[in-house]
Amino acid sequence: MVFKLNNQLLSKIATGNGHGEDSPYFDGWKAYDEDPYHPTKNPKGVIQMGLAENQLCFDLIQEWLKNNPKASICTPEGAEEFRDIAIFQDYHGLPEFRNAVAKFMAKGRGNRVTFDPDRIVMSGGATGAHEMVAFCLADPGEAFLVPTPYYPGFDRDLRWRTGVQLIPVECESSNQFKVTRKALEDAYDTAQLDNIRVKGLLITNPSNPLGTILDRETLKSIVSFVNEKNIHLVCDEIYAATVFSQPDFVSISEIIEEEVECNLDLIHIVYSLSKDMGFPGFRVGIIYSYNDAVVSCARKMSSFGLVSSQTQHLIASMLSDDEFVEKFIMQNKKRLATRYSSFTNGLAQVGIKCLKTSNAGLFVWMDLRRLLKEQTVEGEIALWRVIINNVKLNVSPGSSFRCTEPGWFRVCFANMDDQTMEVALSRIKTFILKSKEAKMSVKKLCWQGSLKLSFSSRIYDEIISPHSPIPIRLSFEPELEPV
Amino acid sequence: MAIEIEQPTVGLSKVAVSETHGEDSPYFAGWKAYDEDPYDESENPSGVIQMGLAENQVSFDLLEEYLEKHSEASTWGKGAPGFREHALFQDYHGLKSFRQAIASFMEQIRGGRAKFDPDRVVLTAGATAANELLTFILADPGDALLVPTPYYPGFDRDLRWRTGVKIVPIHCDSSNNFQVTPQALEAAFKDAEVMNIKVRGVLITNPSNPLGATIQRSVLEEILDFVTRKNIHLVSDEIYSGSAFSSSEFVSIAEILEARGYKDSERVHIVYSLSKDLGLPGFRVGTIYSYNDKVVTTARRMSSFTLISSQTQHLLASMLSDQEFTKNYIKINRERLRKRYEMIIEGLRNAGIECLKGNAGLFCWMNLSPLLKTQTREGELTLWKSIIRDLKLNISPGSSCHCSEPGWFRVCFANMSEQTLEVALKRIHNFMDQRKTETN
Repeated sequence: MVFKLNNQLLSKIATGNGHGEDSPYFDGWKAYDEDPYHPTKNPKGVIQMGLAENQLCFDLIQEWLKNNPKASICTPEGAEEFRDIAIFQDYHGLPEFRNAVAKFMAKGRGNRVTFDPDRIVMSGGATGAHEMVAFCLADPGEAFLVPTPYYPGFDRDLRWRTGVQLIPVECESSNQFKVTRKALEDAYDTAQLDNIRVKGLLITNPSNPLGTILDRETLKSIVSFVNEKNIHLVCDEIYAATVFSQPDFVSISEIIEEEVECNLDLIHIVYSLSKDMGFPGFRVGIIYSYNDAVVSCARKMSSFGLVSSQTQHLIASMLSDDEFVEKFIMQNKKRLATRYSSFTNGLAQVGIKCLKTSNAGLFVWMDLRRLLKEQTVEGEIALWRVIINNVKLNVSPGSSFRCTEPGWFRVCFANMDDQTMEVALSRIKTFILKSKEAKMSVKKLCWQGSLKLSFSSRIYDEIISPHSPIPIRLSFEPELEPV
Repeated sequence: MAIEIEQPTVGLSKVAVSETHGEDSPYFAGWKAYDEDPYDESENPSGVIQMGLAENQVSFDLLEEYLEKHSEASTWGKGAPGFREHALFQDYHGLKSFRQAIASFMEQIRGGRAKFDPDRVVLTAGATAANELLTFILADPGDALLVPTPYYPGFDRDLRWRTGVKIVPIHCDSSNNFQVTPQALEAAFKDAEVMNIKVRGVLITNPSNPLGATIQRSVLEEILDFVTRKNIHLVSDEIYSGSAFSSSEFVSIAEILEARGYKDSERVHIVYSLSKDLGLPGFRVGTIYSYNDKVVTTARRMSSFTLISSQTQHLLASMLSDQEFTKNYIKINRERLRKRYEMIIEGLRNAGIECLKGNAGLFCWMNLSPLLKTQTREGELTLWKSIIRDLKLNISPGSSCHCSEPGWFRVCFANMSEQTLEVALKRIHNFMDQRKTETN
């Protein structure tokens, strides 16, 4: 059936591109969708390294499920609860669910703080939580400050339907991308000059895409900044339990417990089980606010994105098993640490460095600046296209995270098994070594002074051999041309 | 502990401080009365009976029986091979098997009189989210949707709160059983024009909440003609379609479109959910079915804020693709609802109370206007308060549904056992007897 499309009939929100899907962040995914890697069926396919998923601990979960059939309302053991769970749509959520999540959040922070189950509000994943918080805290046209580089989804989640703006707080590699007081003040002042009202600051800690945590001093400085400006502080802590090596994670909840002057009404935490536990499909998002009015309002809004009671029931069961949770958290950290170190060591063998202060998250922040033809966004995107088309890895270019320095890439490593990681590493190594060879042979030729060849064309020509598959044509760009 | 400093409260958004969340309505006040003193057959036999919540509990045994027989629906019954895939699955297209199952279930409910394409099914966490999402897509802040009165009180929040869109009522009254007329449609459109408000669409609920009646074919045709003339959208909330007491009496807008060869159908969007027909409100299963490609694409993207848990998608995909099960369920569910309806109507009639003739839904639309001291909203609310206080029944006053005539009440009958319904009817009977004695 073919239907007439009439754009004038739809809202501005619908016809605009606030959905954010035109970013390169998603183009790489399309490349993967069209040619997905499989160890036997499609060994030359694109390996997905652009999706921050945690697939390292499913065996532990599956074992727990087998041993706890009551957690599912569909098993003979659990079916007697089916009816009560199926009709439960109270937006407060199952009390046992809130209690279990509060406990889990505490454990993920080494039990250094406790969380009040009555401050826990559900949402449709962290995606839903961020939008909901923006709706509660800001009017259309008002702004949140966000340190760069930041998760591309924020552009959609915080802005699309809310009409709220994002103002970048620029961070640089010269100090490991730390958030400085000066950068915060600069961003705030820029907003003032543009007559934009700032309502809050959004930090992601541990950081996506950096994989770093904020140290105590930075957190304290941030708390003092928001109190001084009387603006909200939203802390996205969805990677809290992925901190796999020292130093320890410091949650905002710990900072406000200490001797800091702070208006608690300003402090809100976004949490989720998608990264720490690896359950993005279950859509378990949490808003935890120290502001009663926000808890109350968010709870009402949560009607638009409640967690399925079936899932609440399962999670309540699983997360109240203290022994299991402790074992899980510990194993998760261990496996992430192992994966991180194998991956970064592999990269180091061919001279690729990653941000050295990273100790959390499901990805590395890879430094490919010296491979850029030109130190610009265009240079970065050109290299990125080669990585997608020829190296066949979907990695995420730093520009899609609004990184101000071109040449950085986020590479996810926890969403695959060990073998696939080895394949990915070997492809990278091959690519780097070939590009080094090309560099060497160009130098030789140049030294002989007989041929005019541009350095970059030799890298790309080496890769496009008669035996490699035809480069995938990305829908928005003309065919790759050796430059 | 952090030293808390005295600060003027930093502002929340206008949306946050507004009252458009709607919870100050009597609709919810009655629920509070129930929460504070809930009826229980043995523990609290004089408590408040909840008749203000449109839930369907009459057919759970069928679901439970299905689950007993089909352990594959329980994802982790046999060593959880599917668990990992589902735990990771966050694609906003939704599980294909689930979309197919929903499409086929919707077809079965309509007796095969309309076809549904699984690729036009967009998933949301409940019809609450579906209605809000469609509003974001079809209208800009300050624009309006026309909605026939009386309507589901939740629309005030779902359609207006965060979207900034307005509702302009299409007034219906008892003179013609509250049916929508072309005159009422035009009048509502004019009301909006006079207020300088741009109308973007009409939203109907069919079968109707709170009336408990299906919209007639001829009325649907008139509504479709109206929206086509005005070049606006039509949203048809059909979440009670499986609760029509007989399949043939429910006509879906999808059938009208099919009969018209889908001409001009890109302005039509259907909302469905499993909360009423299957009695699973806790699982948060809503869908948008749109005949407009751009709406489907945009709605799908927006559904990121409100996806259905993959665990739930998997369970229901299994259940709803079992066509033998669904056919049987739909048939038995309709019968039980009809029986329940007849029981309450008879009980009310014996007490001297008449209701609107209904043929669908989980409630009846009861006329207590003869009992009002004054035929006003205040009169209705006074009566309503005494029903909660003295009869201990939570029913919903028509004014909370924006009914233009005072004295009507929505009474839910499917969220309790037959015994509890008997108790409720007895209380009503006694109340009416007492009134007779007092007036005589």
